[in-house]
Amino acid sequence: MEQLNTSPDYDKKDRKPKKRQNPSFLYKMRNNYKYQKYFFIIICLLLPLIFYIGIRILPTLFTFNVGFREWNLLSTGERPFVGLSNFVTLFQDEVFLKSLLNTFIYIVIGVIGQLTLGITVALLLHKINRFVGLFRVIYFIPYVTSIVAISWIFQWLFMSNGFVNDLLINLGFSQQPFLNSPDQAIFVISAAMIWQSIGFQMVLFLAGLSNIPEMLYEAADIDGATPWQKFWHVTVPLLNPTIVFSSIIGMITFIQVSFTQVVNMSMDGSGGPLNSTISVVVYIYQTAFQQYDMGLASAATVVLFLFIMGLTIFQMKVLTKKFDY
Amino acid sequence: MKPGKLLPYIVLIIGAVLMLFPFIWMVSTSLKAPMDIFNLNIIPESPTLANYIQILQESMFVRWFFNSIIIAVITTISVIFFDTLVGYIIAKFNFFGKKLLFILILSTLMVPVEMLIIPWYMMSSELGWTDTYWGILFPGLMTGFGVFLMKQFMEQIPEDLLNAARIDGMNEFSIFFKIAVPQVWPAISALGIFSFLSNWNAFLWPLIVTESSSLRTLPVGLSYFSSGEAESQWHLIMTGATISVIPLILVFIFLQRHIIKGIVLTGMK
Repeated sequence: MEQLNTSPDYDKKDRKPKKRQNPSFLYKMRNNYKYQKYFFIIICLLLPLIFYIGIRILPTLFTFNVGFREWNLLSTGERPFVGLSNFVTLFQDEVFLKSLLNTFIYIVIGVIGQLTLGITVALLLHKINRFVGLFRVIYFIPYVTSIVAISWIFQWLFMSNGFVNDLLINLGFSQQPFLNSPDQAIFVISAAMIWQSIGFQMVLFLAGLSNIPEMLYEAADIDGATPWQKFWHVTVPLLNPTIVFSSIIGMITFIQVSFTQVVNMSMDGSGGPLNSTISVVVYIYQTAFQQYDMGLASAATVVLFLFIMGLTIFQMKVLTKKFDY
Repeated sequence: MKPGKLLPYIVLIIGAVLMLFPFIWMVSTSLKAPMDIFNLNIIPESPTLANYIQILQESMFVRWFFNSIIIAVITTISVIFFDTLVGYIIAKFNFFGKKLLFILILSTLMVPVEMLIIPWYMMSSELGWTDTYWGILFPGLMTGFGVFLMKQFMEQIPEDLLNAARIDGMNEFSIFFKIAVPQVWPAISALGIFSFLSNWNAFLWPLIVTESSSLRTLPVGLSYFSSGEAESQWHLIMTGATISVIPLILVFIFLQRHIIKGIVLTGMK
């Protein structure tokens, strides 16, 4: 393997072979496959290494560091190490506890809602043979549009004198406060999140469904299974990998979306009314960029991290065990 | 048709109306005069483009649109290039520290971007990156997800194909571009589409890192516009929303086959 490349020396007029005892570094670079390979690897990985270490890994560690310090952006000088004091403050702060609970609600309602609706639409689409493509496009449109725009459209639809209330009144119901109500706002916001992600789930589940061999359903028919039994004992177990995948993806997107949507949909733009819709990311944003308390905000970030990790492990354990067969 | 066969169609049509209605209502409001917006008519009585003219003249939507395109295009090109390259190297080469590198990159998947806004902000203000294009786009230049995805696809390329090219004297860079890349083209286009969408719609980081309104991206601009300048002027807010939503919907309809195939491809890996 040493001399795969024809040496450029042969092209030259004098064909006197050069001394090979101590080939120079440059000569090795050009003519030795092993060196060429390492040169290629180093060149290609240089920028990615700088990126992953400098922009992803070190900042993560930095967040943990700041979380244990008293660190206000406005004050210069000492940033003393204060141990767990930021975490103690956090867990005594009702707003933070509320934001943690709300994030949990967003994730639970959101993931369950998008899974059931996504599966339902996929099953319906699987049943019909005409206009499948058209329906698929229509259900998918919300997913590609900007969350900010969607939030404002929903705010407009669910206003006290907006379209939905007009409709309710015309149908003989009473007017609802929706986003103005501490009890209802969080559900309107969750509904908007679910509405936007149905299409994505539908596509995943359609692919999952098309991978299930028709034979299994025929076998179930012979055994006299009802449609419901077929769904629970054939479809759901075989869709299990898709369910695990999309519930984890769903959780991560809801954490992100719970900032954008809350900031743009809640009445005061910061998790109102009465902090009933505030999520952890909104709390972090406010603490860091409106109160400039980087220490406390970083501590909240660390809690969010542990929270996500706990949920992911829980999802993987529960979802993969339940349907093991 | 039997009624049993008709039922799924009926349910799906109701669902489709629920999916499309918010957009129809948005466009409808944007075409109404201010005094007509509380009128329940879906088709405006006297449609007008006045809202669009007002927004394009008095606010910076065109600039924001342009900013979003720049940010999304540059990050997408970078993500495609670097993620494919790193995925290829991890899949096809053995070298010291390869396992560690891969674990390092995968571990970034566990840390959502929301967790990094504080250190990124401190870093940006220290280095003078706030309020610049570079500041908006640097965190998205590479993604752990993309590297993982491309590694999965690159592993399927037969080793013999690459070695044959090496024996023919092709250098490693041309092997990557001319042999490996064409083999995984569908995965690359899926990655590109996802990257474009997520950067186009990104909100949290561009909101934090930009100060001047001329550097805002479309989502950030729309958010400021709706809660500030145009407060409660729903005909203007809906016009802004239409401007930021409709172009993407059109592009989606045009590319929908690729996008849906891309999700299936990445979701099944």
